[in-house]
Amino acid sequence: MLEDEILLKIEKPARYIGGEVNSVMKDTSDVDIRVAMCFPDVYEIGMSHLGIQILYDMFNRYPDVWCERVYSPWVDLDEVMRRRNIPLFTMESQDPVKMFDFLAVTIQYEMCYTNILQVIDLSGIPIFTKDRTWEDPIVIGGGPCTYNPEPIADFFDLFYIGEGETMYRALFDLYLSCKDEGVSRREFLHRAGCLPGIYCPSLYEVTYHEDGTIKSFAPIYDDLPAVIEKEMVTDLSGAVYPEKPVVPFIKVTQDRVVLEIQRGCIRGCRFCQAGQLYRPLREKNVDVLKRYASEMLKNTGHEEISLSSLSSSDYSALPELIDYLITECNKKKINISLPSLRIDAFSLDVMSKVQDVKKSSLTFAPEAGTQRLRDVINKGLTEEVILEGAREAFSGGWSRVKLYFMLGLPTETDKDIEGIARLSNEIAKVFYETVPKQQRQGKVQIVTSTSFFVPKPFTPFQWAPMCTKEEFLRKAYVCRDAIKSQHNQKSIKYNWHEADVSVLEGVLARGDRKLCEVIYKVYQKGCIFDAWSEYYKNEIWMETFAECGIDIDFYTTRIRNEDEIFPWDFLHCGVDKSFLLREWKKANEETVSLNCRDACQACGAMKYHVGVCMQPKCGAATQNQ
Amino acid sequence: MYKLRIKFSKHGPIVFIGHLDIMRYFQKAIRRAEVDISYSTGFSPHQIMSFAAPLGVGLCSNGEYFDIGVDALTTAQQVKETLNNQMVEGIEILSVKKLPDDAGNAMASVAAAGYTIHFRNGHEPDFDLFGQLEAYLAQDTIWAIKETKKSTKTFDLKESIYQLAWNETDQTIYMLVNASSGGNIKPSFVMENIYAFCGQTAGEFDFLITREDTYTNTGTEDMPVFVPLDAIGEDY
Repeated sequence: MLEDEILLKIEKPARYIGGEVNSVMKDTSDVDIRVAMCFPDVYEIGMSHLGIQILYDMFNRYPDVWCERVYSPWVDLDEVMRRRNIPLFTMESQDPVKMFDFLAVTIQYEMCYTNILQVIDLSGIPIFTKDRTWEDPIVIGGGPCTYNPEPIADFFDLFYIGEGETMYRALFDLYLSCKDEGVSRREFLHRAGCLPGIYCPSLYEVTYHEDGTIKSFAPIYDDLPAVIEKEMVTDLSGAVYPEKPVVPFIKVTQDRVVLEIQRGCIRGCRFCQAGQLYRPLREKNVDVLKRYASEMLKNTGHEEISLSSLSSSDYSALPELIDYLITECNKKKINISLPSLRIDAFSLDVMSKVQDVKKSSLTFAPEAGTQRLRDVINKGLTEEVILEGAREAFSGGWSRVKLYFMLGLPTETDKDIEGIARLSNEIAKVFYETVPKQQRQGKVQIVTSTSFFVPKPFTPFQWAPMCTKEEFLRKAYVCRDAIKSQHNQKSIKYNWHEADVSVLEGVLARGDRKLCEVIYKVYQKGCIFDAWSEYYKNEIWMETFAECGIDIDFYTTRIRNEDEIFPWDFLHCGVDKSFLLREWKKANEETVSLNCRDACQACGAMKYHVGVCMQPKCGAATQNQ
Repeated sequence: MYKLRIKFSKHGPIVFIGHLDIMRYFQKAIRRAEVDISYSTGFSPHQIMSFAAPLGVGLCSNGEYFDIGVDALTTAQQVKETLNNQMVEGIEILSVKKLPDDAGNAMASVAAAGYTIHFRNGHEPDFDLFGQLEAYLAQDTIWAIKETKKSTKTFDLKESIYQLAWNETDQTIYMLVNASSGGNIKPSFVMENIYAFCGQTAGEFDFLITREDTYTNTGTEDMPVFVPLDAIGEDY
């Protein structure tokens, strides 16, 4: 436990003291394996992450394992810990991470990479895998960013590729038997690398062409797989789910019960990584969900429940589930929060039952301003559907709308950007046409936000060149000026994302092992919390790229050949590269692909024989529904 | 609706959880315990709950209070037990009392609070503090300066100190001071004043403070009778 004097001086001491409701305490003498589960960002962010809650619950059901939590100490405590040599500790036992068997890090976004080094370093663990001994925990990474783990390959002993529910028990058993046998740490890592879904980066070698692209990527031992397949849960309804999630004392980002209703997505938006990684779509049984909802509300005392999925409207039993929740929650005065619903008559009806219409806003994510570009990205949302949804919403009493777009999508022209302004204006126009003057309470409020498009591995756009910072900013100004010239411009507020960070995200997302040195060096120069704009130091990153002889354009704006070996090609995420390439070509031809329920696009995920792949297809009839 | 007054203690690491978060903690605990709490009406109903006197971060307590409204009465023992089953380490429900219908709400009822001051290890006074307390208390007026955002004003602290006792062998000081919403006095403020009287300066982390109980005044302003907040409720 930190001294009282430290706890009284830092912001939100509750980030570090543990003791929350439903946190799990065990006797260390009863367990063989201690796992420190880390989200490398501040407590309020980390505590909101569902994946950790699932694994925390699953690990602690193993009698021989105690899983505890650790987060990035905020900058105030970070400074104190460095100055006073206080080793990083877990929430539950308050024991140093260094004495654990595993440090498991979930890697959700690229901008947390320096925080991973912070956590490893503050724990007193050597930053590089090559320098570690059996005195150090096994540092293992999981989560979406491990689908291109190469920029952080030097810092991890192992990566777990895919959904965490399936292979950890085998890994723990292997660990115990290796410890019994007294084998070397490297031998354990070697054997672990032979387990399905486990990647040991130090046992693979990369060679490069003169132009910097990859020539070969291969394991150094014959028994290691050349291609590592993702792990996936085949029976999602039967999979473990946290019925007693930890309840934080302080307000965290996701301060509610989170009910995962399905995994995967049928939509196939070409920019979306999650939409490919979690294929095929698997729905959870609605009766299982009802039971979980009631149990979790009872066990946490939360006053809100939220549904989690990539596209909740596609869940087949949604009306039945929502009916149940409304009845249950009304009794107990619990709020229902419904993100990622498509705006239509059904969702408006549901939302008017669970929210205060006057206070809430509606969200549309057209992602692109013209139908042409929406076809390129395969976003099956038409202007007609958006305007009709808006019309119904305005009739129902809503007057606030949020619109999300991306700038810098492949094939984008200024006409597409102006389309964003035009569409925003059209929605405002619909309001003034729909709502009679005497019923209006002020203007309609439209908030149009744009982010900058970052191409991600395992998407059809993994071949796409990304814009430069200057191009991004020019596009944002074109959008801003176009909005200003609209008739209803006073009803439209425009926000755009920062360009610096997007460029760095682009470098790291499609980066290779050469970037490990850069990440190490910027960390040494004091970069942490890059995801927090007030702590992001772009000039240090840029200066360090130059020092290391790294040309960022190689990773961002370069046009990639169809046959290029990508740094992540040794992983298999369930969809074939040939499918992604087909989709990339269709994108350039402005041709849409039907969703998984309408017609199979032969992405390759059918080999798992689960979920939507096993259901009959309806043809084109329900397209864009 | 029936009004209940709940008394709890707060010790250990949980003392670093602030007042607002403790309120949220109890809202959730009450839902977990399935106490039949009353809700306000309106689009976003909230629990009928009112806390007595906010406790500063870092202070322990043996006498914290909040009132809730419930729609149906079970027994005090049942509410106490179901709530205690939902408590984290460091918080214990000490009593549950039913309030008379005309009882004022918890916050408005607070008149005074008693505190025990210990010295942190290594922060014991290096001067004769205990020997000077008699003289401190014998002053006709105890001048103190209150700084607000707008102004600084000098006032007589003696009027707000209802009792000051000490035990030199145990190295503890006890004080009963004003804790009403208009005139709340922090125990550390009194300690700083005492140190200043002795010509010393108190450090930020010198004191370990425990609120022993929170009191209401059943007497008059001139002749106060301080009783613990749960003394006006009854078992049921």
